[in-house]
Amino acid sequence: MRKRMLMILVLFVVVPGLLMTVSCGKKQVMSSSTPSYDADAAARRAEAERQKRLAEERRLQEEQLKEVNRIKAAKDQFLNEDVFFEFDSAVLTLEAQDALKRKADWLKANADARTVIEGHCDERGTNEYNLALGDRRSESAKKFLVNLGIAETRLTTISYGEEKPVDDGHTEEAWAKNRRAHFILK
Amino acid sequence: MGKRVTTVWLGVVLFFYLIGVALTGMALGQVAYDYIDITNPFLRKIPMAVPVFKRLTPNAAESELAQTASNLLADTLEFTGYFKILDRGAFLEDPQTTGIIAPHIQFKNWTVIGAELLVTGGIVISDGLLEAELRLYDTFQQKLVVGKRYKGHIDDTRKIIRRFCTEIIYNLTGERGIFTSKIAFESTGSGNKEIFICDFDGYDPTQVTHSKALTLSPAWSADGEWLAYTAYTRGNPDLYIKHLKDNRGNVVSKKGTNISPAWLPNQFALAASMSFSGDPEIYLLTGHGKIIKKLTNSVGIDVSPSWSPDGKHMAFVSNRSGKPQIYIKTLDSGEIRRLTYEGRYNTSPSWSPKGDKIAYTALDNGTFNVRLMGVDGSGPIQLTHDSGNNESPSWSPDGSLLVFSSTREGTSRIYIMTAFGTDQRRLLSLPGAQTNPKWSPNLISN
Repeated sequence: MRKRMLMILVLFVVVPGLLMTVSCGKKQVMSSSTPSYDADAAARRAEAERQKRLAEERRLQEEQLKEVNRIKAAKDQFLNEDVFFEFDSAVLTLEAQDALKRKADWLKANADARTVIEGHCDERGTNEYNLALGDRRSESAKKFLVNLGIAETRLTTISYGEEKPVDDGHTEEAWAKNRRAHFILK
Repeated sequence: MGKRVTTVWLGVVLFFYLIGVALTGMALGQVAYDYIDITNPFLRKIPMAVPVFKRLTPNAAESELAQTASNLLADTLEFTGYFKILDRGAFLEDPQTTGIIAPHIQFKNWTVIGAELLVTGGIVISDGLLEAELRLYDTFQQKLVVGKRYKGHIDDTRKIIRRFCTEIIYNLTGERGIFTSKIAFESTGSGNKEIFICDFDGYDPTQVTHSKALTLSPAWSADGEWLAYTAYTRGNPDLYIKHLKDNRGNVVSKKGTNISPAWLPNQFALAASMSFSGDPEIYLLTGHGKIIKKLTNSVGIDVSPSWSPDGKHMAFVSNRSGKPQIYIKTLDSGEIRRLTYEGRYNTSPSWSPKGDKIAYTALDNGTFNVRLMGVDGSGPIQLTHDSGNNESPSWSPDGSLLVFSSTREGTSRIYIMTAFGTDQRRLLSLPGAQTNPKWSPNLISN
């Protein structure tokens, strides 16, 4: 009984209230359609131009970002791509020469960069001999870059022999990764 | 004041035992028999009995020391590879009850169990001072070979025992042995490679460099007072020449590598490989690090010098043929001769103190092994087999033993063997990996 009373109250008070709100809203919409046609078109043109400008800015930003990413990727590749050697050899293979050409390109594009070429060996053999071999490896990489036109003053070498492997494994795969010239920036 | 007096008094006592007192018997330095055949001393080990030393007072301190000191003497002598130390369980006679001098020894009791040599000892401890009388007997001849009485602080027991072991070896071989020598090596226990030094038998390993950077290739000076090594302390592989006791020395810091030092015998000078000219060449330097002259001149690698005992010839590694091989340079004539032709990788030569052999590392079938050849390159023989990689041999000062590194138990450790490849054993156990051991000359200060 009490529930029904409540329902009736809702119907008489809340529903008319809702109807009022709807009608008021309608009135507001009507009022916004009052400005002239010319003013309307100008606003649309301004908006379109704003959008165009925004799109251009976005495009420029994206291009800049792409450029930044490209530069970063090129730098990452320069730092992360090692030049690999055969066992007990400081001779540059064709792959090593290709990798060094990419190093030279980067160094030409970044004329103020100075680099340290680290010579490394795999764990096999005598430490002292490997220190000398690492020296030979970093020196052959350096000479190749100098021949490609990179100023000698921008290149320093250091040998770590077998003392700093990237892979601690004792497999041919690990050894191949460790026989390398690694580039770092000064 | 009281302490000072004690020190002075102890100094007198130490001086006393340093001289030692010959007990009755054979005169010092008189080598009567060929006990040890130097052409192959390890072929037949001499059976030796070392009963627990007699406690002469006796007190509790003596009982403990009698045990440890006699064990130490047995271990020290066994280390040489010349002796077979007999099990005490088989002994028929206990010197504690019978006696330690010839009239009280029933030599038949020793010959019947196969002992050809017998060491007896008697000790007295009072006020922290040890008095020891030690004797070596030939059981078949029933005679004293050498006997000595020592006095010193109880902390010097090891020194006393080693001193008598030197007497024993001297009387049996005519040589001073190895008991005052040490071994330097690289160890990674502290996080990076640093140089450590231990006694000849692996006792008391101590870190001697604190570069906190890669530290490599220790090399002993002829008098054992200086150590040269390579360290990356300043970023580059530089050569450090350091006095071991005083805080003095020099650094050779040329562009490129400054590596693989080797001191000349009986001179304050050393050879080292340096690449400042554009490729690694071996140079002769003063002990202060000044270049005297260039010793090699070839395109490619020249590294790892090792001197003949007379300092007239230098063995070294060169890849002038395309692969690393061992060469000898005669300094007077400048003549260079290639020694190794077998295999494509022969490195780390170590010229024996006797002058007639060179130990080195060779690669065959994918593993590295220690080999031995004549100084003319004759008859290379392989000393290590089927036991991981075995590298960097270095001779004991008497030329009887070799120390080397091996991965036979996984991580690289230091091992010892006789010059004939027998009695291979690990020298010590330390955290990290150990590599590149170098045996010192006999040190006078010990």
